Order: sequence, then C-alpha cells, then structure tokens
Amino acid sequence: MKAFRILSNNISESFKGVFRNFSLSLASISCITITLILVGFSLILSYNVNNFTTKIEKDLTIVTFLKRGVSEEEIEEVKSKITELSNVKSIEFNSKNQVKEEIQDESEVFKSILSQYTDETNPLKDTFLIKVEDINSIGDTADVIKEIENVDLVKYGEGSVEELIKIFDIVKKITYVVVIALILVTAFLISNTIKITIQSRRREIEIRRLVGASNAFIKQPFFFEGIILGFIGAVIPILACCFGYQYLYDKLGGHLFTAIIPLVNPTNIIYIVMLVLIAVGVLVGAFGSYRAVRKYLKI
Amino acid sequence: MQLIELKNVYKRYPNGVTALCDVNLNISKGEFVFVIGASGSGKSTLIKLLYRQERPTKGEVYVGGVNVAKLRNGKVYKLRRKLGIVFQDYKLLPKKTVFENVAFALEVYGLKKEEIRKKTLKAIEQVGLKDKTRSYPDELSGGEQQRVSIARAIVNNPKVLICDEPTGNLDPKTSMEIMKVIEAINEDLGTTIIMATHDEKIVNKMKKRVVIIENGMIAKDVMKGKYKNEGI
Repeated sequence: MKAFRILSNNISESFKGVFRNFSLSLASISCITITLILVGFSLILSYNVNNFTTKIEKDLTIVTFLKRGVSEEEIEEVKSKITELSNVKSIEFNSKNQVKEEIQDESEVFKSILSQYTDETNPLKDTFLIKVEDINSIGDTADVIKEIENVDLVKYGEGSVEELIKIFDIVKKITYVVVIALILVTAFLISNTIKITIQSRRREIEIRRLVGASNAFIKQPFFFEGIILGFIGAVIPILACCFGYQYLYDKLGGHLFTAIIPLVNPTNIIYIVMLVLIAVGVLVGAFGSYRAVRKYLKI
Repeated sequence: MQLIELKNVYKRYPNGVTALCDVNLNISKGEFVFVIGASGSGKSTLIKLLYRQERPTKGEVYVGGVNVAKLRNGKVYKLRRKLGIVFQDYKLLPKKTVFENVAFALEVYGLKKEEIRKKTLKAIEQVGLKDKTRSYPDELSGGEQQRVSIARAIVNNPKVLICDEPTGNLDPKTSMEIMKVIEAINEDLGTTIIMATHDEKIVNKMKKRVVIIENGMIAKDVMKGKYKNEGI
C-alpha cells in the first residue's frame, strides 16, 4: 500500500514535471519526433526494398529444355524426377507449340518466320519452367536437372543470377544496418537531450537527496517523465509515417514508377511501424532519463 | 551515548587542503550549539560531515548512533530522514508552492494524503507562514523563503536540525525573527540545533553553547559563549 502510494504519487509528479518544465520537455519531444520520423521512413523503405528483392527472387526460373522427339511417357518421367528434387517448389510444362505461340506473339518478324513450320516440324523444344525454394542453391539444382535423361539444356541465367542474388543480399543487409544504426543514433541523441534537460534540474535532484528521498524514489518520476516524453514524441512520426505512406500508396496506385516495383500494402506494415516507433520512443525516453539522473545522485 | 559524536576526525580534500584536523566533539540531545569561525576555518566542512555531504578522511562521525563515515551512497537517505537541514540559499524547489515544498519531505515516506496535509500545515504554522501556503518561492521575501525551508526541515520531526548559515542572506531584523523561529523549535519540540554562522549579534544575544573552529581545529568550546569575548 505504501509502495503503491509512492508510485502513484510519483506518476502524478512526473506529469507535473513534464508540464512545469514545458520548454525543456519540448526540446526533448522535438528531438524524439525528428529522429523517429527518420527511423519510420527508413523502416518503410527497408520493408519495400525487401519486398521488391524477394519478389524478383521468386520470379527467377530454371528453364529446362528437353531433347527433341521425346514421347509423352518420357516427358512424364522427367517431370516426376524433377518434382522429387527437394529444392523444387513448382514445375510447369510448356510444350514446344506453346513456346512457338508465345514467341510469335512477341514480334511480327518471328511470327512470319515461325509460321513456315507446322506443329510437326516445329524446331523448338519442349520445356519445363521450374521455381525453386532456396534461391541461393539454384545453380546446384540446375546441375542435378541437367543430368536427368532426355534433358538437353538447362538455363537459369547463370552468372547474372548469382550476381543479382549477391547484390540483393548486400542491399538487404544495408537496409538492416541503416535501420539499426538510425535506432542507435536516435537512442543516443534522445538520451543526450534528456541529459541536458535534466542537468538544468540537478538542483531539484539535489534537494530530493537532502530531504531524505531514496535513490529509487528520485529516479521514479524521471523514469515516467521519460516514458511520457517518448510517447508524445512518437505521435507525430506515427501519423506522418502511417498516413503519409497510405497517402503515397493510394496516390501511386500501389507501385513505384512501373508495375515491376510494387509497394508493400500499408495495412501489412503500418501497425509494425507504429509499434516499433512507440517502443523506441518510450524505451529510449525512459532509460535515457533513468541513466541521466543517476549521474546526479552523488550529492 | 551522545546524539552526535565526532572522534579524531580529519578531513583532507583531494586538492590537498586540510579542512579539519583531529576534531573531537560531543553534542547531546536537546542542545543548541553555534559553530563559528572565519571563512575557510572548516566549519562548513564540519557541518557537511554531519549530513554526509562529505566523508571524513579519518576518524568517526556518529549521528544518532549511525556511523556516517561508513554510510554507502545508496543508504544516505536513511540518515537524512533523521535530520532537518537548513541552508543559506534555502534550496527550495522553484516550481512548487510553499505547501508542496514542505510536503515534499513527507512524500518520500509514502504517507496518506491527509496525514501529509496535517503535518505540513502544522510545520508551516510553526514558522508563521499560514497565509502563504499557495505562494511560489519567488513570490516570497528572503526571510519567508527561509521559513519555508525551516518548515520543510522540521516537518518529519527530526532529532537534529542542522543550519548552515541560515541568516547569511538576511538583514539583521529578519535574521532575529528567523532565530526566534529556530529557538522556538528547540524549546517546543526539543530538537537539537547545530548552527554554523558568523553573525556575532545573534551569537551574543542567544547565549548558547559556542564551538569556535580555527584552522580546522576546535579552538574553544564554551557554554553561554559570546562572540567578542572569544577574540575573533
């Protein structure tokens, strides 16, 4: 009961502290606001980069060309052998006549050239389009498929695909590093600002010590003040990121410049972004204050 | 055992200044003691040792049975709850009203609101500031501010009231009023008073025990002492 009275007293004390030192509070709040806006934007950006690269990787396909003149049973046999491979996610058969039509649709020149051939004399080959689970071992899977009987050629953009995957990996890592670095910088900036604002209240802390307040008692209201400041500071970034992104998404019609670069649907990420921003603001505010007060508890 | 006991206390600051040298002092319950001395004589250091602002380099300092010298930083509040401290610069919280400033010393105990109110108003009445409870410190005169700080110091019924030059910033008339308040606390509540000062008029008029510090040592310790007679 006694501890509870002290706690509730300290919480109301912290609200008073925020409003009676309003100019100092405002300094902390605006610092939190600006840095959290940056964190929010980088978070959304990294989500989109990840979304884009994952989509591209999913589209990578192994094209398997079969030998000319294979029978339907042989095609089935090859298909079942490929399906058995552990890394294969999906397989789709594309007969040589389907391929011919696709090519003819693409250009007038090919159309006239290929129209000389009937279905029987079609020089093209039957193909399988294969997607894999783990994009990093696409090369190994292609090698295995190549050894299967009646398989003539295997193409997956070797060389350029490996490069692409490497680049995507680096880009993803960079976005993670940027987000984490920004959160750390935010923590540092906010706790420093709070340190400065608390410095001007060291007299208050000193007096608390002198009238017999325990260290825990002195830290409590500053701890709650930090939470309040962090929370208030997170409001504008949350509004800016969530509504701003929703607006941008609607305005651009769900993709950036072209349909190749889709944007992440806002409803999928705004709650996570919201949570992260509040958590960073509140935690950093609370522990920043807590740490800053400790320095003045030596009187 | 004495309420306050200093045994062979030495204090040497990190910069090499020796502030106190082999000080022995006993103060018993209910006494009123002036500690006087020139600036730099060590009297402030002596006062600071009592509420563990400073630690002695050597020797022992007992306040109410607690060895202050060995008190850890985190446990200092236990000592300070037994003390009331009054400073030359009042040390009031500027953003709190008179009532809140005084009540603040009680809030750390987690008492009920009603109990805090009763005790706070009683302490404010004791120092004669009943009609200023809602004022902020910057709306008060120096004498009134010092009364607030005295009220804050006595609100938790301390055994000892330590005053570090409480009249240093006040004019003679206000100083005498403050002294009357402090004397009344000594007489009404039986609180032991230790007061550092260099106001000779006050010392001469009050005729209490006087401890004179010179060059970090106790030069004289007399009952009903006078400032001038001791040749400072």
